[in-house]
Amino acid sequence: MISTTRRSPPLFGAEASSSNPRARAIVWQALALAVVVVIVGAVAFQTVTNLRARGIASGFDFLGRAAGFEIARGPIEFSSRDTYARALLVGLVNTLRVSLLGIGLATMLGVALGVARLSNVWVVSAIARAYVEVIRNTPLLLQLLFWYSLAQALPGPRDALNPLPGVFLCFRGLFFPGPIWQADYPWIAIDRPVLAGFGFQGGASVSPEFAALLVGLTTYTAAMIGEIVRGGVLAVDKGQSEAAAALGLSRARILRLVVLPQALRVIIPPTASQYLNVVKNSSLAVAIGYPDLLSITNTTLNQTGQAIEAIALAMAVYLLISLSLSLAMNGYNAAILRRGGRTA
Amino acid sequence: MRAMAHLAAAIRRAPMLRDRSNAIATAILGAAIAYAGFRLVEWGIVNAIWSLPRDGGSEACRAARGEGACWAVITERARFILCGAYPFDQQWRPAGACLLFVSLYAASTVRTLWDWRLLLLWILLPTAAVTLLRGGVFGLSGVPTEFWGGLPLTLLLSTVGFATAFPFAIGLALGRRSELPAIRGLCIAYIELVRGVPLVTFLFMAAMMFPLFVPQGLTVDKLLRAQVAIVMFVAAYVAEVLRGGLQAIPRGQYEAAASLGLPYWPSTILIVLPQVLRISIPSLVNTFIAFFKDTSLVIVIGLFDLLGAGKAVLVDAKWVGFGAEVYLFVAFIYFAFCYGVSQYSRHLERLLMADGRHRLVDKTI
Repeated sequence: MISTTRRSPPLFGAEASSSNPRARAIVWQALALAVVVVIVGAVAFQTVTNLRARGIASGFDFLGRAAGFEIARGPIEFSSRDTYARALLVGLVNTLRVSLLGIGLATMLGVALGVARLSNVWVVSAIARAYVEVIRNTPLLLQLLFWYSLAQALPGPRDALNPLPGVFLCFRGLFFPGPIWQADYPWIAIDRPVLAGFGFQGGASVSPEFAALLVGLTTYTAAMIGEIVRGGVLAVDKGQSEAAAALGLSRARILRLVVLPQALRVIIPPTASQYLNVVKNSSLAVAIGYPDLLSITNTTLNQTGQAIEAIALAMAVYLLISLSLSLAMNGYNAAILRRGGRTA
Repeated sequence: MRAMAHLAAAIRRAPMLRDRSNAIATAILGAAIAYAGFRLVEWGIVNAIWSLPRDGGSEACRAARGEGACWAVITERARFILCGAYPFDQQWRPAGACLLFVSLYAASTVRTLWDWRLLLLWILLPTAAVTLLRGGVFGLSGVPTEFWGGLPLTLLLSTVGFATAFPFAIGLALGRRSELPAIRGLCIAYIELVRGVPLVTFLFMAAMMFPLFVPQGLTVDKLLRAQVAIVMFVAAYVAEVLRGGLQAIPRGQYEAAASLGLPYWPSTILIVLPQVLRISIPSLVNTFIAFFKDTSLVIVIGLFDLLGAGKAVLVDAKWVGFGAEVYLFVAFIYFAFCYGVSQYSRHLERLLMADGRHRLVDKTI
């Protein structure tokens, strides 16, 4: 039996807000904002008090001071007299360098792995599967440390491995012939590394830290991309390639013109997030001593005590890279969808 | 004779000999694999050194470098790698803690327990494991957290981290789909901020910045700080998994709940969340595996989890240079856990797919 007596609307308390959706919405939001403001405010107040008590001056003035530490040779010149700001820039360039190289190499290896996983040849797909399982079920940091320990176990410069003429591999890194610029014709010459003292002089070189990080990031990400490529190809309806075959297209053209364009739509979004992961995972460099952005941030905050500023700066830079990369990838994704017209 | 015919047919049907290209590839690659396997057995078993003379150095191992593995580092240091610096005579406690965590994983695979009982287990067993490690009650001696290490620390950080992050993740996922702009904005900001930065920066924040956030004189345990950082980080990722689940629930479910006159919270708790949790389970398991591996990053702030304890062994002058052996051992343990769980996740995915939606819906939690 339905009651006909109308209750008068409650004026206050939980019932008052629950009876009016708009009032309730405002109350909930105000409450959420208030909680956040109170927490952030309390933490900020406590932090300021603590900093004052410890005599730590806040602010980004430390960026202009001389860093006083050395960084292994890289694309940007750096000496201990340069500023912290320049040191962090060197770190950022190192992060981008290893990330971009890793992304390129991992994409190539990953596509090859994805294709191998789908191979009709059982041994090939079994090897690819074993590789993917081993890589995906162990921590990336463990893999990095493993590669780094292998690099360190290499012989010394005097007994360096010499797999190709002019190429030397020892625990100081990989040394190989590289171009050098000259003032006169033909302006460019090939410089070969030569054993001198405790190391090699001349040519181009790769530090063991860089090599371990690059190999680790590449092999790890390739396994992820391989699975994405495989999933993308499998996601294309079988009828598509059958229809193309009925039209008389060759296997290669079916793959190139029919299957891959459709698979790309499935492949690109998760691959973009793998690319982001490469940039973020490159921060594991801190564990093996490659001077990436986070390693330099770590050194900076240990020397200056400016923990909050240094970490906030590093986080902001990573966030910026992540956001711009995901924007670029979204744009590319949209272009692919446009070019492909309507999705099936 | 018939048996022979069967055998011949089976060989002909074997995947590696299906056709000519398979047979050729099998022959070539098989030879390469056999050679690699032979060299591996030679290094890892035939020429390997399993033990060293007592109180001696590692000269025998160094002499065999490159020829044979030095498993002596494992046989001598396994207890340190597995239990860290935990007091030697008390190491049955970390072993017990590992057992508790493993039985929690085992119990989680029993589908008949998928209701409030599983929730209870995920609260009770980790609490029991922490109590066992911590001591100070039931006549157990107290062991401060700086002595905790090895496998139990890895299991603790990932399991407690995941379990604690879960309620926050539900809140974030619901908040991100909320119709209230302020709540939605806060949740989106938090999730995207966390997902845009590496976990290591969060751990650094926990190690170096947390002490500045709390009143002076109040020291928060380093392990607890790392755990809080992991919880904050995991919550954002789990929230995204749950958001996927929320989007997968058909609109009719919300509408049916609304037409019954159910307000937001009852319909969310009774109708929506049980379905979301069920369809999200495979993704949740995958996220758990990812963070199980990622807890190894705590070594950058000086905690000795399974990987950290392995790395610490290599600092000893006696064992410098035997990284390959130690890391292979540690990798084997991680692999055993992750592969086991991921195979289960795949099995579950197939099962839930075959089950169809109806079976999923009728047995609500």
